[in-house]
Amino acid sequence: MAFLEETVRGIRKDIVKMIGKASSGHPGGSLSSAEILTLLYFEQMNVDENNPQKEDRDRFVLSKGHAAPVLYATLAAKGFFPNAELENLRQLGSILQGHPDMNKVPGVDMSTGSLGQGISVAAGMALAGKMDNKSHKIYALLGDGELQEGLVWEAAMAASHYQLNNLIAFVDNNNLQIDGAICEVMSPFPIDAKFEAFGWNVITVEDGHSFDELRTAVEAAKKSEDKPTVIICKTVKGKCVSFMENNAGWHGKGPNAEEVKQALAELEA
Amino acid sequence: MAEKKATRQAYGEYLVKLGEKNPNLVVLDADLSGATKTNIFKKAHPERHFNVGIAEANLMGMAAGLATAGKVPFASTFAIFGAGRAYEIIRNSICYPKLNVKIALTHAGISVGEDGGSHQSVEDIALMRVLPNMTVLSPADAIETEKMLEAAMTIEGPVYIRLGRSDVPVLFDESYHFELGKASMMKSGSDVTIIATGLMVVLAMEAADQLKEEGISAQVINMGSIKPIDVDAIKQAALTTGAIVTAEEHSIIGGLGGAVAEVLGDEAPVPLERVGVKDLFGQSGKVAPLMEKYGLTSNDIVAAAKKVVSRK
Repeated sequence: MAFLEETVRGIRKDIVKMIGKASSGHPGGSLSSAEILTLLYFEQMNVDENNPQKEDRDRFVLSKGHAAPVLYATLAAKGFFPNAELENLRQLGSILQGHPDMNKVPGVDMSTGSLGQGISVAAGMALAGKMDNKSHKIYALLGDGELQEGLVWEAAMAASHYQLNNLIAFVDNNNLQIDGAICEVMSPFPIDAKFEAFGWNVITVEDGHSFDELRTAVEAAKKSEDKPTVIICKTVKGKCVSFMENNAGWHGKGPNAEEVKQALAELEA
Repeated sequence: MAEKKATRQAYGEYLVKLGEKNPNLVVLDADLSGATKTNIFKKAHPERHFNVGIAEANLMGMAAGLATAGKVPFASTFAIFGAGRAYEIIRNSICYPKLNVKIALTHAGISVGEDGGSHQSVEDIALMRVLPNMTVLSPADAIETEKMLEAAMTIEGPVYIRLGRSDVPVLFDESYHFELGKASMMKSGSDVTIIATGLMVVLAMEAADQLKEEGISAQVINMGSIKPIDVDAIKQAALTTGAIVTAEEHSIIGGLGGAVAEVLGDEAPVPLERVGVKDLFGQSGKVAPLMEKYGLTSNDIVAAAKKVVSRK
């Protein structure tokens, strides 16, 4: 347990550092989903950092592609590529594009960035797994604002229609999007009842920063017999950096040197 | 009268054969499998046919996902919904990651007929051609459709195949060889070159016959491979005949005419006349009067040829 806590702390520090260095990127939604990715890559998923294309690996699709920093930091921590690469986030010629590119970054299973598309692609991956009687899982991470995209619901309908119980989607429910509170911009609520109505197995995690709660949810999701599962995680945008927490202003802005220093000091504490 | 067959029919029938040879081939449809003719494949290989319902965006997204797992998905719907509604999914989830998805869209052009302007895609070539990593193929008949499907299977990446609803004469026989990026010379001539694609190829042949009677020697080139386009063939045509007419069942903006204009501008500027839909939407009607109304007949090609020759 201490290992996961230590790992996620390092991932958060890397998120802050790399976005600070780039002076651009999305810290809020990266910090809010750090535990989800840490649990998946360091405990739940069958992946091999030395063989990123391993055939029967579990897949992860970052449908909210703007949270690329959390994915990059996690993959680097796992050893898919050197940690030093994180310094090149968003730089010309870097493998670490503003949004994930599967053809550039070892360990990235799908290029994403345009919201709503990742879950649709994940459904296609899950369908392929079913066709071939594979046992690997397809994980996807959606933003709560992303649920406003109509394609999410086209994909949700298809996933239950084809009984894709190998598909496990997380919703990073941090309640904020660029223009403000999701309930003010365009409420996606009730999220659980919507997915239920679309035929999904729905699990709500009250504390999306608790490894124990997340683990319980994932293990239940893996047992779903004929339905895809959504794990709705209540999270805090900008988690663990006091001035970023619950602040929509930190959705897509890079911290300056002073702010990076303060954030790192808080994360060390 | 030559045998006639719609390219969509040839597509549906040939998919069955392709599917027999390629166990990874899967077909996705969006509630139009009867019209796109993928229901023929469904009958033969039901376990490899998936209907996503009336959801074209998800059609393309799921196809992308299947491709990441080594499947070779053929995604089909009408051209307007595939190239139009699902455009950005094709861009970001198929072309940007260069996934091996074949996008075979039917009911392209105004020869859709009675369904009218909402269903007649005259923009799809332009939309698909501008995408990096995309190959764009536009068959003239049933045989070329089959050859292009074979070619599409040899490409590791996205391919758009533009198919029509209406029956068109079969121009080629089994000996026809399609090569990606290569045009096929249909008729040689010295005064003007007509570069046509899709169902306009047969009309271009008729136009050349009419022109011959009027003392104009017209060469006809079938440009089935719109991207990559045959730059050498266009250049050669410009140098030897000094005047070009393009003919397509598509907008004159951004389609074959646009592509040929780009090549001529870069390589060999000569007079060009573009026969196509002139920045308009289509409308309901029978196919023949529609083609006449929108200036897509052999007579229109003849007029364009005379005009372009006079500009030399």
